[in-house]
Amino acid sequence: MVEANSGIGRRAQPKSLFESSASSEGAADFELPEVVNEEEGSPMSVSDLTVTYTDKPVLDSIDFYVPRRSMTAIIGPNGAGKSTLIKAALNIVPKLSGTVTFFGRPYAEVRERVAYVPQRASVDWDFPATALDIVMMGLYRQIGPFKFPKREHKDLAFDALRKVGLRKFSGRQIGQLSGGQQQRVFLARALVQGADLYIMDEPFAGVDAATEAAIVEILKTLNYEGKTVVCVHHDLSTVPQYFNHLLLINGEKIADGPVSTTFTPGNLQATYGGRLGTAQLDEMSAILAASSSR
Amino acid sequence: MDQFFRALILSAGYNTALVCIGATILGASAAAIGTFVLLRKRSLVSDAISHSTLPGLAIAFMIQAVVTGDGRFMPVLLIGATLSAVVGLFAVQWITSRTRLHEDAAIGSVLSVFFGLGIVLLTVIQTMNTGKQAGIASYLLGSTAGMLMSEVQTIAVASLIVGVLIFFYRRQFTIVCFDPDYASVSGYDVQRIDLIMMALLLAITVIGLKVAGLILIVALTIIPPVTARLWTDRSAIMVYISALFGGLSAYIGAAISSVDYGLPTGAVIVLVAFSLFILSLLFSPNRGVFAVALRRRRSIAELRALSAAAAAKANAGKAVESGSSYEDRASVNHGTATRQAAEAAS
Repeated sequence: MVEANSGIGRRAQPKSLFESSASSEGAADFELPEVVNEEEGSPMSVSDLTVTYTDKPVLDSIDFYVPRRSMTAIIGPNGAGKSTLIKAALNIVPKLSGTVTFFGRPYAEVRERVAYVPQRASVDWDFPATALDIVMMGLYRQIGPFKFPKREHKDLAFDALRKVGLRKFSGRQIGQLSGGQQQRVFLARALVQGADLYIMDEPFAGVDAATEAAIVEILKTLNYEGKTVVCVHHDLSTVPQYFNHLLLINGEKIADGPVSTTFTPGNLQATYGGRLGTAQLDEMSAILAASSSR
Repeated sequence: MDQFFRALILSAGYNTALVCIGATILGASAAAIGTFVLLRKRSLVSDAISHSTLPGLAIAFMIQAVVTGDGRFMPVLLIGATLSAVVGLFAVQWITSRTRLHEDAAIGSVLSVFFGLGIVLLTVIQTMNTGKQAGIASYLLGSTAGMLMSEVQTIAVASLIVGVLIFFYRRQFTIVCFDPDYASVSGYDVQRIDLIMMALLLAITVIGLKVAGLILIVALTIIPPVTARLWTDRSAIMVYISALFGGLSAYIGAAISSVDYGLPTGAVIVLVAFSLFILSLLFSPNRGVFAVALRRRRSIAELRALSAAAAAKANAGKAVESGSSYEDRASVNHGTATRQAAEAAS
């Protein structure tokens, strides 16, 4: 925890997770810590990763690592392979080549330390389950396949729901929740695991501003507690505000590094290949200027 | 009728009672595994499995008839049925993964080809002059008439074993049904769990052939879970309700068909299950037709009251702006009256 003393003094104390709700303030309550840029023991280290669905590679020899305690965004245009990168790393889709380690170990050995939050659209929300049932799924491994959940497991699940502001919705069927609430149910399922690395696939897709702020606040609190967060992210304008580390990909790696040095108009232009207009780039420069003067 | 009621209360003789109990266990297990298969959105696979059993049944019958003179010995028939169902299942799997066809098209083709082959083989069997061919026809539509006690016991015990296995795997099945990607990330072997699910479905289908018949047994794995879904929003409870409905349908179906030997058990079971479905569709407290209509009426009345109140408010506001004291007072009065009416209505 070398980095803890560098920023803890000036950082405002985050609100307790238990009080966090869908308030829009507080999203930028406290600054992100400095990250340790060392690959050894990195929460997630990818080397020479190639994935193909047909003949054409979706991802072509990607090399990068996620610094410990960072808030890392994976950015790229549609079809750039952002979700595929996560899925290949977690063995959901097969790799053609390459290795991925978590905390320096193969994934199967450190599963408990990694929490995955899939895209909200990837499941059928008409499934007969309550919010509590979904969160309990995060504890199935801990409970064991043939035993009944104990009181303490339920308490953990209720706690996680409280942290995401959904305690009073615990008994509601998941299809009756709003998009933002569904996303927070997924987040609660990840929280209940007590992992050290949180990998999220577009956590802000299709959620309202208040929910986005609430999720960011939870992620920043996790980060403050020493956890690492990796998000596939779409909204360029919020990158400097939410994240401090960046991977830009478009089939292949364009750049990675701290947001302050990597989130540049040149890199973005290279990533989006002319798909960003000059107006957007100007806007981006303004955001960058604002974030560096802050 | 009297005979039917006696069958229902298990006092129509030892044999009928045993048949009813066996059918109940079978129905409950089939409905329980059917719940997960439905949630995995693979209900029709069950139909492919059951129809694929026919060629195996027929071939097993022929071999037995030639070797022993009586082709109806159930364990051998079930082994034949299992083998050909496995082939059918793999055919569906192969077509889905190796061609551009989706699972529904694969199921349709496999189901009809296997069933067609089976029917041809059955016709061949009818022309054979040994083997007591009458027995094989009962596997098409199901029949509890003239079942041997050993057969009933086999069905009951095997169904019970399947039921217990479903209970042990229920949580794995649930997580794979809801989100296979998350399940695999959490360390579950999704392929293996899917395989177990299909194996249990195949087992219960084959076990139930004699009782429900291969054409209609799919109803036992689909209708009860769909009915149960109307009563609960939780998969953990849905399994038990489904098993209850499935068991009840099979029980009543077996009892009715034990009265008049002409009625095929499978058909009666389907009709009973469907009746339970219709009753649930109408009367379930959450999703039932009546409950939904009632809620709709209530919310429409509330909306009307709200909009009336809003209109009254707007009227009152307009009247104040217009400045005429007489109109003003009249409108405000009118507005108040409307609002009061709205409050009374809500």
